[in-house]
Amino acid sequence: MAILTQTEAQDILKKVLSFSTADECEATLNGSIGGNVRSARNSISTAGAVDNVSLAVQSRFGKRSGLATCNEFDDATLRRCVQRAEEIARLAPESPEYVPLLGPQQYLAAPASFAARTADITPDYRAQQIGASMALCEAKKLTSAGFFNDSAGFVAKRNSKGLEAYQRLTSVDFSITVRTPDGTGSGYAIANYTDLAKFDAARLTRVAAEKAASSVNAKAIEPGKYTVILEPAAAIDLFNNMMGAMDARNADEGRSFLSKKGGGNKKGEKVFDERVTIYSDPTHPEVPDLTFANDGRPQQKVTWIEKGVVKNLYSSRFWAQKAGIPDLPPPGGWIMQGGTQSTADLIKSTAKGILVTRLYYIRAVDPQTLLYTGLTRDGTFYIENGQIKFPIKNFRFNESPVIMLNNLEAIGKPVRLNGSLVPPLKIRDFAFTSLSDAV
Amino acid sequence: MKRRDFVGLTGLAAGALFLPTLPSLGGTPVDPSRLLEGTDPALKKRLADAGLNAAKAAGATYADIRIGRYLNQSIFTREKQVQNIASTESFGAGVRVLANGSWGFAATNTVTEAGLAKAAQLAVAIAKANAKVQKSTVELAPQKGFGEVKWQTPIQQNAFAVPVAQKVELLLAANAKATDNGASFVNSSLFQINEQKYFASTDGSYIDQDVHRIWPTFSVTAIDRASGKFRSRDALSAPMGLGYEYLTPKAADRIPGAAGTGLVGYRNSYDMLEDAALAAKQAKEKLIAKSVTPGKYDLVLDPNHLGLTIHESVGHPLELDRVLGYEANYAGTSFATLEWKAKKIPYGSKLVNIVADKLQPGSLGAVGYDDEGVKTKRWDLIKEGMLVDYEKIRDQAHIVGQTESDGCCYADSWDSVQFQRMPNVSLQPGRAKLSVDELVKNVDKGIYIAGRGSYSIDQQRYNFQFGGQVFYAIEKGQITGMLEDVAYQANTQEFWNSCTAICDESDYRLFGSFFDGKGQPSQVSAVSHGSATTRFNGVTVINTARKIG
Repeated sequence: MAILTQTEAQDILKKVLSFSTADECEATLNGSIGGNVRSARNSISTAGAVDNVSLAVQSRFGKRSGLATCNEFDDATLRRCVQRAEEIARLAPESPEYVPLLGPQQYLAAPASFAARTADITPDYRAQQIGASMALCEAKKLTSAGFFNDSAGFVAKRNSKGLEAYQRLTSVDFSITVRTPDGTGSGYAIANYTDLAKFDAARLTRVAAEKAASSVNAKAIEPGKYTVILEPAAAIDLFNNMMGAMDARNADEGRSFLSKKGGGNKKGEKVFDERVTIYSDPTHPEVPDLTFANDGRPQQKVTWIEKGVVKNLYSSRFWAQKAGIPDLPPPGGWIMQGGTQSTADLIKSTAKGILVTRLYYIRAVDPQTLLYTGLTRDGTFYIENGQIKFPIKNFRFNESPVIMLNNLEAIGKPVRLNGSLVPPLKIRDFAFTSLSDAV
Repeated sequence: MKRRDFVGLTGLAAGALFLPTLPSLGGTPVDPSRLLEGTDPALKKRLADAGLNAAKAAGATYADIRIGRYLNQSIFTREKQVQNIASTESFGAGVRVLANGSWGFAATNTVTEAGLAKAAQLAVAIAKANAKVQKSTVELAPQKGFGEVKWQTPIQQNAFAVPVAQKVELLLAANAKATDNGASFVNSSLFQINEQKYFASTDGSYIDQDVHRIWPTFSVTAIDRASGKFRSRDALSAPMGLGYEYLTPKAADRIPGAAGTGLVGYRNSYDMLEDAALAAKQAKEKLIAKSVTPGKYDLVLDPNHLGLTIHESVGHPLELDRVLGYEANYAGTSFATLEWKAKKIPYGSKLVNIVADKLQPGSLGAVGYDDEGVKTKRWDLIKEGMLVDYEKIRDQAHIVGQTESDGCCYADSWDSVQFQRMPNVSLQPGRAKLSVDELVKNVDKGIYIAGRGSYSIDQQRYNFQFGGQVFYAIEKGQITGMLEDVAYQANTQEFWNSCTAICDESDYRLFGSFFDGKGQPSQVSAVSHGSATTRFNGVTVINTARKIG
């Protein structure tokens, strides 16, 4: 019963609410089915399938709140679940940050976040895709390690204040690392879609294989500051980390890169290069997402950074009320506005620089400046006069996305990764601090 | 629970802050009293047999089933208030099969005979689909069945049986200690995990285990409004394989740090109030500490810091699945290949003896049997600086010419497939008597580092960079004051070969990693690393201060 229809789901939720004796009650159903297959050394290593659905009930008496769940749906179990949530609520301490449950909400019309083709994937299909990818590498005498993962699910909410929400989602993810048998070359490709129709394992495998073959015999060049072209797979994590630090409360409390000297936050200030515009939109056809947040707040099109100026910060409902700011939940994904240039175009316009395929093991060093460290991986190349000249050994970097987005040379055409749209970025003075022997 | 989700929800990523709400920890919220209920082993055996029989009938040559109830309780507070109390439960079963020489796995939360039989049939169908594109077959090290056996973490007080109010009181008292001592903000939390897992296999094992883990922690922040500068100092507790007794401080477990730092190390019990008060003072001191001059320093690393360096530069590179390339697409591979081992290049200096241990009491990795029914043990990884063995499971042993698994197989939930995970990996203390102060006395130009800070290492485990919670300058054998903006970069082999002194057993204690991530889909595991304070000579230190306007 993993993917219930809107009517089936709301019928269960209505029944749950009918059992409630609390001041406020909210019920949420979550279900998904999915499968995965993983390969390494040109053979399948693990593969699995998961099927799960659960109900969560939140009951409130005054400012006290309790949660309980079950995963069986007969009347007796549902009634017990509601009773348990109410018992916990009666025992809980009052929350000084209590805000009432939301009433009816207007959500944007659900985007095409569910694709039947993705929901219908079979174990045979997964094995065939990964099998074809492995065969392609074997034919080139290369070794592959890949991962294919798909899921289809739904979320449904209903509460005693009249809020009602339902949406279905699918996703398919594929990533592949291809290595030369002697371990001196490595390449990588990754993709993520809602609809399986866009998926092409062979194309991605060829990209990774080509990078593996062309990255052998990498030369060591001195660490230092270089112009870099970060492919989207290299830019995504730094980008997500930065956007994940745009919480209003942290900024107001003085413990964020957006806190101001003497108090307050940097909303309205120009913090980045004027070409930087970042927004979110759950109805974007490339990255359709849930039109409601975990707590029932609507997800809308929101501009977070416009022409380098911080326009909005997200927050909890409590903090939005206290601070008197727009009540914006963090979105599921981010969209960075870009241009029309491909990574290849960015290379052509580069006199001297470094092409980075992927960044790895990225960790925060200093939250004050959003300084991160990490390493290049799976295809790092030296560019001269608009052409890739030779592969180079991997570097460790220590760099802040805030500094990066002030040292912007060019923005390419965004591509979908991990539910966000991220462009390739050309950045000057990117700080590499040491060499790594890793391939 | 997936690590990425967990980290996102709790703000445990380095430098991030705790979030005020926590919908669930990947499991589903439950009444705390329910967490004390177990499931009858006889019922589990009947269900397991239904799954195993269905797998065999569908053509499996081997099958195992894990019926698991995974319980979490997490309490989050800030300053004077509770932010969230989440009691979650996840119950279900995973069936793993070998059919036509390939693995298949399926999981379901319909834990009935029919539900498990259906999952077993799906697992066999997956294995057969995979077998069509496989060129080699899985080879399992032989494993005898143990019949019906039990194991439990030897806890003194079940944390789930302690009233939530008592736990909240402790966290709020720690917060008060921090704010009384000058902290601008403090977030504290207590994580408790109980895995009630039942393993059965066609080898004839029916293993019922009850595993407990606990982690009290906090982050104290001091802010200078005028300059806009903020600095944090996190708890120096360790997550442990213990019950609530870990939170009753005992004098015998209190180990003083280097003279002049005020630091205290904790062995099998933790004084959260004492640590919170010190953390607030140190967070304020960090605001005005001298920024480090980059260069080469002798490092003196406290066990609460060194544990993570051991984890990243020894624990991970010696995982045999990484060595063989099974993690190439995600966590990476390893420099310590079979060919590298054959060259007999020293991994570290002769002082370096590192053991793997799935038995060590109080450790996060201690269990009676792993998640493929192998009895656990202790073994050498590095002896007098030389690599002697790896960490492996049943389908890997034959690749290195061995006939038994090391018992390192683990799945973080019933719906995750079990695979090779790191055991506890610990640096043995020095044999000669040596205190921390005696060790510091011989350092001319050095930095003393305690606590877990920023950490990053490449995908073959050569180049790493570590920060810490607190840094102290050592000049001519004396601690002379606090430093800031410190991170050290090194190559794994150069680093371990620069090890010149290790304190004795009286300074030995465990560090822990509660949410170690690996695999696709990503899974977490918890693992401990023991050590005594250790000296490394001539390590490169960088300055991490930047300006963003």
